Amino acid sequence: MFRAVVRLSTSGVRSLARTRPCFSAPLASRCYSHAKVETDEEFDARWVTYFSKPDIDAWELKKGMNTLIGYDLVPEPKILDSALRACRRLNDLASAIRILEAVKDKSGPHKDIYPYLIQELQPTLTELGISTPEDLGMDKL
Amino acid sequence: MNQPRSADDGNLTHLPIRPQGFNGGDGPVLPGPGRQHKNKLYRRDGPASLGMSTLRTTMLHLTTGRVACLLSKRAVVALTNSGARMSSHGHHEVSDSVDMSQPMYWDRLDTPLPDRPWKDVLDSTDKSLKQKEKGPWTALSKEEKIALYRLKFNHTYPEMKRPSHEWKTVIGGMFIFFGITGLVVFWQGHYVYPPQPHTFGEEWQAKQIQRMLDMRVNPIEGFSAQWDYKNKQWK
Repeated sequence: MFRAVVRLSTSGVRSLARTRPCFSAPLASRCYSHAKVETDEEFDARWVTYFSKPDIDAWELKKGMNTLIGYDLVPEPKILDSALRACRRLNDLASAIRILEAVKDKSGPHKDIYPYLIQELQPTLTELGISTPEDLGMDKL
Repeated sequence: MNQPRSADDGNLTHLPIRPQGFNGGDGPVLPGPGRQHKNKLYRRDGPASLGMSTLRTTMLHLTTGRVACLLSKRAVVALTNSGARMSSHGHHEVSDSVDMSQPMYWDRLDTPLPDRPWKDVLDSTDKSLKQKEKGPWTALSKEEKIALYRLKFNHTYPEMKRPSHEWKTVIGGMFIFFGITGLVVFWQGHYVYPPQPHTFGEEWQAKQIQRMLDMRVNPIEGFSAQWDYKNKQWK
């Protein structure tokens, strides 16, 4: 009799646990956050749009770049292209070179990322006349 | 308790419970009348404690003096070379403090674009270069591009990441500390330590070991197990 009581009570406890407000689909019974996860493409598009603003001002460029460098990633070439064009609109060559230095540093030990970025950005660099730090001899001490 | 005991009985009740010299019941020998009232939990070391503390403080003053001299050199170098404050291009600051209400310059790897450019006050050549910057950048020479960069920024990324020689100061300071400590310890061993207890002497130690062997201390795995009783030598 006691065993029956125990069985009933444990099953009752379990069903109580199940009726906690999880609002999950019937298949999954985990409580993950329901915030939408931004895809990589959405992230890139958002940042390209940010830097593509025609009347972007110097503060917005600084803020955007500092925030972007704060992320745990190396920005895609298209984002950097947009940022370099923003520098051009602001007549700021020094910041453009600084951005290239910053993404090289962001690559960390992965030495193949920066050459890839320069390769992808080469058309923009030649079009706008931005020299890389290596061209200017500023990559050495 | 009152029965006569043989030497080799294994019980140690005939030994004195405390070593000789402890005045268990009489209380500590305090150095001065005034200190008695300060702290009831005073150390019971007697006159030696006063000597030790003054010795320690003098030694501390000496060592801190030397360390302070060493560290002040490093501090002076660090302070005079701080790029954030010493832009030297138009900031007329009387004191060394930074005006935090103004936009600041910084060289940081994780924040590439600071709030203000490095060189704020531009002379006429700089201004004309800045004018040229508004045109196509393909028209700028390499030197002009470098000059524009140096107007806006102090250090390049490789310059920010340059290694410093600080580790030599640290290791050197460590060794100096070790050396001073070694001298202190040596001096203390010579001048401060009281004479060794008589139980440390060669003869006493030999008798002690013999006694332990006679008692068969740890005969299975430990002390007496290492002694070869037949041949009267260590195994």
